Formats: sequence, structure tokens, C-alpha cells
Amino acid sequence: MQMDNMVPSIPKRIGAIKFGLISPREVRKMSVTSIITADTYDDDGYPIDMGLMDLRLGVIDPGLKCKSCGSRAGECPGHFGHIELVAPVIHVGFNKILRKILRSVCCKCSSLLLEEGKKRDFLEQLSRQKDMGHLPDDVINNVFKEARKSKTCPYCNEEQLDIKFEKPSEYIENGHKLTPTEIRDRFENISDDDIRVMGMNPDTARPEWMILTVLPVPPVTVRPSITLESGQRSEDDLTHKLVDIIRINQRFQENRDAGAPQLIIEDLWELLQYHLTTYFDNEVSGVPPARHRSGRPLKTLTQRLKGKEGRFRGSLSGKRVNFSARTVVSPDPNLSINEVGVPISIAQHMTIPVRVISKNLDLMREYVRRGREVHPGANYVIRDDERRIKVTDINKEELLEKLEPGWTIERQLQDGDIVLFNRQPSLHKMSIMAHRIKVLPNKTFKLNPAVCPPYNADFDGDEMNMHVLQTEESRAEASILMQVQENILSPRFGGPIIGGIHDHISGLFLLTRTQNFISKNDALELLRKSELRELPEPRGHLEDGEPYWDGKQIFSQILPKGLYVEFPAQVCFKCDTCKKGDCEYDAYVVIEDGELIKGTIDEQAIGAFKGRVLDKVVKEFGTTAGAQFVDDFTRLAIRGVMHTGLSFGISDEDIPLEAKEGIAIRLQDAENEVSELVQAYENKELEALPGRTLAETIEMRIMQTLGKARDDTGGMADQSLGLENSAVIMARSGARGSILNLTQMAACVGQQAVRGERIRRGYADRTLPHFDKGDLGADAHGFVKASYKSGLNPTEYFFHAIGGREGLVDTAVRTSQSGYLQRRLVNALQDLEVQYDGSVRETRGVIVQFKYGEDGIDSTKSDYSKPEAIHRVVRSVTGKEVV
Amino acid sequence: MSKFSLLDHELIPHHEIMDEDDLKTVLTHYNVEREQLPKIKVTDPIALELGAEPGNVVKVIRKSQTAGEALYYRYVIE
Repeated sequence: MQMDNMVPSIPKRIGAIKFGLISPREVRKMSVTSIITADTYDDDGYPIDMGLMDLRLGVIDPGLKCKSCGSRAGECPGHFGHIELVAPVIHVGFNKILRKILRSVCCKCSSLLLEEGKKRDFLEQLSRQKDMGHLPDDVINNVFKEARKSKTCPYCNEEQLDIKFEKPSEYIENGHKLTPTEIRDRFENISDDDIRVMGMNPDTARPEWMILTVLPVPPVTVRPSITLESGQRSEDDLTHKLVDIIRINQRFQENRDAGAPQLIIEDLWELLQYHLTTYFDNEVSGVPPARHRSGRPLKTLTQRLKGKEGRFRGSLSGKRVNFSARTVVSPDPNLSINEVGVPISIAQHMTIPVRVISKNLDLMREYVRRGREVHPGANYVIRDDERRIKVTDINKEELLEKLEPGWTIERQLQDGDIVLFNRQPSLHKMSIMAHRIKVLPNKTFKLNPAVCPPYNADFDGDEMNMHVLQTEESRAEASILMQVQENILSPRFGGPIIGGIHDHISGLFLLTRTQNFISKNDALELLRKSELRELPEPRGHLEDGEPYWDGKQIFSQILPKGLYVEFPAQVCFKCDTCKKGDCEYDAYVVIEDGELIKGTIDEQAIGAFKGRVLDKVVKEFGTTAGAQFVDDFTRLAIRGVMHTGLSFGISDEDIPLEAKEGIAIRLQDAENEVSELVQAYENKELEALPGRTLAETIEMRIMQTLGKARDDTGGMADQSLGLENSAVIMARSGARGSILNLTQMAACVGQQAVRGERIRRGYADRTLPHFDKGDLGADAHGFVKASYKSGLNPTEYFFHAIGGREGLVDTAVRTSQSGYLQRRLVNALQDLEVQYDGSVRETRGVIVQFKYGEDGIDSTKSDYSKPEAIHRVVRSVTGKEVV
Repeated sequence: MSKFSLLDHELIPHHEIMDEDDLKTVLTHYNVEREQLPKIKVTDPIALELGAEPGNVVKVIRKSQTAGEALYYRYVIE
């Protein structure tokens, strides 16, 4: 078989990597042929000898054999060729260092313009930097800086002329343009010692090698041509560019041999320089990019490597992978947070390899018997000689017979398999978590809405990726480190990042606030999805003798026994003196031994980022109990919200006439206040605030007045809507929306601002022609009196659009900026590691921080760095409070 | 102009040159060579004031938000 000529795959250790410049001699040595003709194929479509597609450069067409190594397409790695350039040409990539060297070297004797003592000094500094493992850049820059200062050569006393650099690659000395040949001559005469002072190794990098005399031609495997459907060949961009280079090179040769005038020679030289420049980099500033016939700029060497889609970021750091799936996500509160619903069509395509052993032979046979069509079946079997065979109806029977221990089958996904689940942008570790799958009908991934916050997912069309783990080790690691329940607490702030959102909060809020009379039927219905065996003692009996329970009791059923927490709820009014358990608004939560005694469950109790109860459950009862609690409360909350019902519509923004009048009066008062302020300002009676001009002062005062007016109207609207209004319920419990949103909908939209100031732009001295010039009034500068419900008048609408646009621009700018900042931070910090001794070190073992975070504490295991936990432990043991 | 000690400034943490014995304990504790410690230049104003020499290790006692006090060791380089 083909095994004979394959290189054995012995793992090899890389001892060192050396970087240097490639010398003309090396280029010729590694070259298999000189390329002299610009033609690629002859009329028969056969590669021309010494052309760009020469068979010695490697083969890409199937059927042909490489003339250098004898292997066929796919096996032959390709071999370099070379082009002898008629005249030396500067390599664009080296212009920066070329310029530095040119200016630091004598124009006559080519010695580095520094005295011997200084050279020795710099050499010493360089070796010291090397010993310390530091980069030599600073020292080298100093070398060039010092050398440039000398006006005359300390060795031959020649006066040094200023050398001007002109983009893209021209060097002008005293009005005379230096040709690459002249520069090369100067560099050739630099002594080895001087090169060392400039931080280069003369054995591997001599400066004259930065000026090309011979150009390596990459193998055809690097620039494969593609055959179009029409049978026409389409060459790679690099081949096109090389053709240009060879053509000009030839023309140059002919003209020079024919003794053409200097002017023509110079033009051709410049043209050759242009082609070589664009061959290396087609995006050099000051050089028009070389274009394809269609007008598309060519993708040359630099373009292949650079940027997001380049070789490094696109092909090496990031690649497309197998065993992954992507589809839209949708919510399913009946799943556990540790689960993910996978469409059956995906489950049937993706596989997990299972080694056949004597103990599972029957099971594996069953998978193969089911084949691809019946879930869960097997898609492939791998024989003991590592040959993969697709399971089909035709070969199924045969495979079943042959199946034996030692083979591997690739079985379809089934419930309980562990997979990685991810949503981009993956900004923190919780963006990729391990879930157990649940095979479900339909075509979307399903997830419990409580895991939306870490992924930052919603269901407006978001797509997510799933990766199937292929080895036992990876599955074990994922289930220990990456499973959702292990990530409930975020290391960012030590609190839960997974938790109730929207309906979960309003559901439990409605359930647990005040007195709820819940019949036995309803109680069982609410709790049916929780694994509960018995209902607690009923709270009381109705007049007809029927027992009833209340919401707090129902919620208590899902709390672990032994849980003690106390905290003010989201609905807390922040009174001057907190009455704690005796709070008249039921806004102080007291949980004793897993029993909700007082208070209302809301965002502060179970919300993502806040959830104090959830936090306590995870920290004291472990992650499994935490996950169980989240599962239970999401199910309970959904049933709870359905029990009462919660809807919102336009009519929920209706406020009574009296309130409307009150709001109108309040706004009128505010306008009057503003005109009084303006009056005072115009009469120069206004007193300037410290550090402000008068104009600034009046703006601030007006903003203040109007802001206060808006808040007051909001308060009035809030009052008249009452606590039973669904929008108020959502805002107060922290489920969704805020009182400000409510204010804008029902009472008054308020001041529109651009860069934190009232709107001033528009026409001369006024924002719109509807107002007088110089009008400082509220409505002339973007105060919107109306509410969204009542509707905005045309000028208000216009101002609102101005303010709204600013918001959009801001978010767009912010996301791109923070994305780049994140990238830079990750690149700088990605190799730091916390060691077992608690120190933070980089890869060389150099210590960055002697103790992680200076206290060596894992924030997810600490109680917000407060001694609360110890107090509670002491109390639970001794029964006494600690002060 | 009156001179004052940099160490008296509230924003500058306490620095001291370590004696070899203490240093040895620290290096064995972290299992590192001097070169693997964070560095400080001899030309650093605080190093000048202490009269530290290249090869010394300076012990820094910083105020820490999380731990109250945090110890750092910095290797003096040229």
C-alpha cells in the first residue's frame, strides 16, 4: 500500500527556532530551477519547462508526477524555483530598517558611525539584554539614534549627507537618488562587527540581503490554478504577479543589452520595483494596488497572512471544526438548566465513538441494527484496522455479523450525552458551557431561559453552536469543570450569573406577595413538576371548610431545609429606619430553615446577577442543589404566572383624568419656572454656579428643573396606576422595565439630549423655524411634554429622533471599541496561569503576582468577601449573635 | 529646598532591601531563581533612595484592597 513512502509520524521536539534573512546563495541552493519564461502552459495544456508551472516546482494536476521528487499530486509538498533579477530591487518589508542602516553608515567606507568605545559599550548592553531575556529593541534604537548624530565619519572623516526617504522606496541623498545597486554596495562593505552592533547576526542576516538580486518562486502548491467548468484555467493571484515580474525582468534585460537610453532603463527599473513591491504587499501606502483584469485588487503575499481572514487569525488560530452543529435557540422552561434540547435531525447526524467490548457487544449490535434511520442508531463502524465503514441498509447484516470487540462504532447522540454549547461573542468562560442533551422534535436548540444571562442570549432569532465531545477524558473534564451548574456563580463578582429572568421573577412575585388563597388543587398543580411527596399543613380553612395554602408556603417547598437568609427585597422602599421583619410592605425577606416566613420573592431573591437566595443555596448546599433549585423555581414561576395571569396592553398605560390634569399642571409649572429662569438670565439677575459661566449655569438649572418635573409626573402616574398594574408589577419586582419607562409611556417623555446637553443644533440661533431666534424655552430645545401614549407633536417627534439617533451611534461605536479592547487584553493575559502555590506566573515561570488577587481567594467561594458566613456558622452552632 | 523621604509619601508603599537569608526562604518557598521575580530598575527613584544595587531583591509591602497587606519581591536590575 501507500504506507511505504509515508514519513513515519514520530513526535519530534522543536529545539529552537532561528529567524534570519534569506541570502541569494540560499535562494539559489533551494531552487530546483530558474524560471525564465512568463508562459505557463503550452497549447496542449502541458506545463512549459522553466515556466511558472514547471513540473519540477511540484504538481497539482492529478495524474502527473513531480519531476523533483517523483510523487503525485497531494503527496508532493512542492519545491521552490527562482528568478534572477536583472538589477537589484528593494524588498518593501525592509524599508524601515533599510533607512535606519543607511543613515547610520558612512557613505564612503561603510563603517558604522560610532567610535570604537561606544560600539563596545552597545555590544555589552545587547548581550546583557539577551541574558535577561529582554528584547534588544531599545538598545538597537539607541545605536541608530547615536550613529545618526555624527556629521562626519570617525574613521575616514568623510562628511555625511542627509538621506531623505520618499515613499514607497526611494532614498535621496543630497538631491541624488540612490539606486538599489548603490545601497547594496554600501551594505556589502559593512564589517561583521558593525552588523553585530546593529543587533543583527552577520551569519544569518546581512543587510545587503534586504535588497533582492534573486527572487524565490513559491511552489505551485502554494498558488494552485483552478480549472473552471468551461475548461478554462484560472491562475492564482500570485502566479499573475509573478508573470508580470518575469515580463518586466525580460524587457529590462533586452533594453539594457540593446543599450537603451538611461531614462528608459530607469523607468523599467522603477516598474520592476513596483511589481516586486506589490508582489510582497499590495496595500503599501503611496503605491497604487495591482489589480486583476476585473478591477479587483490582487491578493498577494502580505494579504494572505494579514488580518482576520489571514493565515494566522483565519487558518491557524481559528478553524472550522467537525462534530459541531448550529441552529436557532428557543426557550423551554421544562428543561433543567443542565440540559439542552437537541433537534432529532441533528442528533441523528452527530456521533460519539464507542469502543466495542465483550460487555457491550449486544448493545452495539442493536445500534448497528438500527442503522442511520432509526434513532438512536449508528452511522459508522470503524474496523480494528481503522477503516471507517458507513452503515447502510445493504451492508448492515454483514457488519452485524462481523462486529467484534476491538471495533469502534460511531453511535448517534442520545439523551444524557454531554456536549459543549456556545454563543458568540465568547467574551467570558460562561459563553461555552457543557450541557446534557435531550433529544426533542422540531428544529431548534431548546434551553432553559435561566441560562440566557451568561450566554447573553434571547430568542429573537439568536443562533448557537453545539460541539460533541469525542473522548472519554474530554467528557469527564467537561462535566466536572464546564457543566452549567458549576458555573452558576460567576468569578467576576462571586454571585449567581444564572438565575430567574422576566417571567420567573414576576411569577414568583405574584405568587409570594401578600395573602394568596390557593386551593389544594391549585397547590398541587403549581408544584406538580417539583418532586414533592406531601403538601405542608394548610395555612387555614375557608368558611366552607376547604383548606387553603398561601404562596409563601408553596415557594418554601422548593427551598432546601436548613436555609437561613435575610435581606431587603427589590421592592424595598429604602425607609430611613428599616423595620426588617416587620416591614409593612412585605419587602424584607426572612427565610428560616428553608421556610419563607416574611417578604416577597423578586429580583433580589432569584434574579440573575442579584439572586441572594440562589447565591446562598449554591454556596451552602452545593451546585447540584443550586441547579435543582433553579429548575424548580423556573417551573414553579411559570405555573405561578399562569395562575394569576400577567398581560400588558395599551390600556394599561391609561391614567385617570385627574392624574392627567395634575401632570399637565406640573409641566406647566415647570415651564413657568424655566421662563422665570430665562427672565432672570436675561435681566442678568441669575447667579452663576461656581466654576461655570452664566450660559452654562442657566442650561444646568433648566435641565435640573425639567428633569425634576419629569420625575414628578412619573411619580404621579405611578401613583394613579396603582400596584396592581402589570407594568408596575414588572418594574417593581425587577422582572422587566423600569419606572422611567413607565413614566415615558404614561406621563411625559422628558428632555431629549445630545452629548448630555439640551438640543442646540439646527438653524442660526434656533433649533427649528417653529421657534423664535434665541428662544431658551423648554419646548424650543427638545423637552418632550407628551407621553408615548398621548403621542408626540411634530417638533417633539423630531427632537426625539435626534436623541434616539445618538443612542444608536453610541452603541455601535462602543461595541466595536470594547471588542478591540477585549482582544488586546486577552492577547496580553492569555498565558498567565494561577499555579498550585497560589502565585500567578507566565509561561517562563516569571512571577506576576505572588498570590492570586493578593489574598489568594476564589471569589465564587467567598461570601462577597464579607465575614457574614462566619457569623452565621457561629450562630448556627452557638445560637448566639456575633457582633 | 527641603528633602523628604519618598517612603514617607502615602502613595509609595514600604520598600526595603532584603537580606540574603530572608531572600533564600522566599526563593525556596516559590521555587524560583532571582531572575524569575518581578524587576525594578536601579534607576527607579525608590531604589536610588534605598541604595539598592543590581542583584539585590527589594521587598515591597503594599496596601491591598483585598488582603490588607500584600508582599511583593522585586529583583534589582540595571
